[in-house]
Amino acid sequence: MAHGPAKGIRRWLYTTNHKDIGSLYLWFSFAMFILGGAFAMIIRAELFQPGMQLVDPEFFNQMTTMHGLVMVFGAIMPAFVGLANWMIPMMIGAPDMALPRMNNLSFWLLPPAFLMLAATLFTEGGAPQAGWTFYAPLSTTYANPLTATIFIFAVHTMGASSIMGSINIIATILNMRAPGMSYMKMPLFVWTWLITAFLLVAVMPVLAGAVTMMLMDIHGGTSFFDAAGGGDPVLFQHVFWFFGHPEVYIIILPAFGVISQIIPTFSRKPLFGYSSMVYATASIALLSFIVWAHHMFTVGMPLAGELFFMYATMLIAVPTGVKVFNWIATMFKGSISFETPMLFSLAFLVLFTIGGFTGVMLSIAPADFQYHDSYFVVAHFHYVMVAGAVFSMSAAVYYWLPKWTGRMYSEPLAQVHFWTSFVGFNLTFFPQHFVGLAGMPRRYSDYALQFADYNMVSSCGAFLYGVSQILFLVIVILTVKGGKKTTKEKTWEGAEGLEWTVPSPAPYHTFSTPPTVK
Amino acid sequence: MSESTATTNNARSNANRRIVLGSVGVAVGMLIFCFFVLPPLYDALCDLTGLNAKIEESSYEAVPAAVDTSRTVKVQFLATNNESMPWQFGPALEQVRVHPGEQTTIEFVANNTTGNDMVAQAVPSVVPFKAVDYFHKMECFCFERQPLKAGESAKLPMVFTIDPELPKQIHTITLSYTLFDVTEMDAKASGGSFQWGKG
Repeated sequence: MAHGPAKGIRRWLYTTNHKDIGSLYLWFSFAMFILGGAFAMIIRAELFQPGMQLVDPEFFNQMTTMHGLVMVFGAIMPAFVGLANWMIPMMIGAPDMALPRMNNLSFWLLPPAFLMLAATLFTEGGAPQAGWTFYAPLSTTYANPLTATIFIFAVHTMGASSIMGSINIIATILNMRAPGMSYMKMPLFVWTWLITAFLLVAVMPVLAGAVTMMLMDIHGGTSFFDAAGGGDPVLFQHVFWFFGHPEVYIIILPAFGVISQIIPTFSRKPLFGYSSMVYATASIALLSFIVWAHHMFTVGMPLAGELFFMYATMLIAVPTGVKVFNWIATMFKGSISFETPMLFSLAFLVLFTIGGFTGVMLSIAPADFQYHDSYFVVAHFHYVMVAGAVFSMSAAVYYWLPKWTGRMYSEPLAQVHFWTSFVGFNLTFFPQHFVGLAGMPRRYSDYALQFADYNMVSSCGAFLYGVSQILFLVIVILTVKGGKKTTKEKTWEGAEGLEWTVPSPAPYHTFSTPPTVK
Repeated sequence: MSESTATTNNARSNANRRIVLGSVGVAVGMLIFCFFVLPPLYDALCDLTGLNAKIEESSYEAVPAAVDTSRTVKVQFLATNNESMPWQFGPALEQVRVHPGEQTTIEFVANNTTGNDMVAQAVPSVVPFKAVDYFHKMECFCFERQPLKAGESAKLPMVFTIDPELPKQIHTITLSYTLFDVTEMDAKASGGSFQWGKG
């Protein structure tokens, strides 16, 4: 067993090592984060002032669409899969993932999928322009057939990758735990990923089904989404959101897991209410299957439907509230220190809760008619996606980077990254609440004059946030290349868990003989 | 699952196989669900609630016996061309007043003003939703596709009756038709390519 990795590029092409594959996922997702971020910069540059300045409206629509697709499927999801690859075997005392060769395949499907998606930018019809939700008939009747077909194939490929990745995670967690690691002793990150993996297996096929129906409508002469042939475009929205709502929990549950690891460490107290955290996560996952139509209150649903989806959605605030209170209770009377991972976690806690509250506002069906498709929605989901998922990802990288590399990041630089991210993020998205409530619709390349000031603030914030992510890249490279060496097993004095019992940097093979968990 | 003794590799790979097969089963099951359960379920719910006027895709058979002359209901007709449909299309009369139970015939007029032979499909919709179950079409051009040669025009008859059970508070019913250009779709379907999943 004591062989090292192959040399050169073949190490990365052929690797079946969970740490290598985890690193591949993390670097790939960061590349996608920069690409999706570049699209966002174009959006914000165009919206810096009212009127048409830089790009034409078709290209603007391509940018909003590609920004959403790349960030959701290319950046956030693979980032958490990478984290799962790195951390889950080390947290449960397993030597590797259960299905290492499938692990390799599920990563290597991603680069071709996103190359194809990005390649649509250079086709005659341009990239998809129907928004990341690609509602029919915008994505079928009105789409360029070549673009739509490439896009559908890309979605199928990344879907296959996600399903394989999650099957692997389920098999690893169920079968590979060290002796004594019972379910209710698993770290919360492992728990949230187990539940997330089940969600993925259940809903990625629905996304595959939705795009397959699109493909058949475009090329096969069917009319799933075409009223002329007896179909219905609203059916698309139902199928999409049946996937799409669990998808947002797929993104946020692993983030909950990360925060539940970090807050106890820097509060020097065990997590408050561990089992209630597990049950809250599971109930959020179950509820996610029966709330999808709250994304489509305005399609003309029967009153009973509006009420059902409204109340079911509000119900999700209960387990989410349990989590937030547990995190706060963990910090209560703890000896808290404010290293960068903790700063990002605290920002997560505050900003995610704001995003949760605006979510409750949006869940009120009669009020939603005003908020629907406005910048208020944009502000809401960026508070949960960026301040939720991306902040927790930054926290995770700073938290485990010393374990991965055996080197310490620069704390002052990391704090600069944190504060620029925090200020930049809030400058960008907080004003969007106001312009949204005042009636600025999303996905337009221009806006009415009264929104000019807030949009300029928003754009400035976005540029600050964008630059601070370049700083993040610099910090990580500086750490990997020349950070101060640390060989301590426990980087953080308050850290608990099996991953902190192996040397730093974590050797290529860990737990070849399983540890015993008391 | 994880006993205190180390699991042997063999047992572990069997356990892995079970999980993989089970998960793939769930994934395939969800795909089937998405194709063969969600669309029919959606149609069933639309029928149940009367949304989309997806009811009565074929003609209504029974003729109610009594005409309720104590009530008069206003029935309005609307015609819309979907996207770039170039035909002239509209009702001969924009509204009629009828008694519930009375059988009424009205006409729509369609004119293919283009130089090409085309096929159209009209899709009906009724508001208010609560009236949908009480508006019966005995004969409707919307039950079938309507071909018209270049320059040709046609009178399209529609026979309907309103159920005397129509809730008391409804005084006006609006019947709207949207006309779709299905020339290409019609050609594709008769060309023999696959055609399953009509909504």
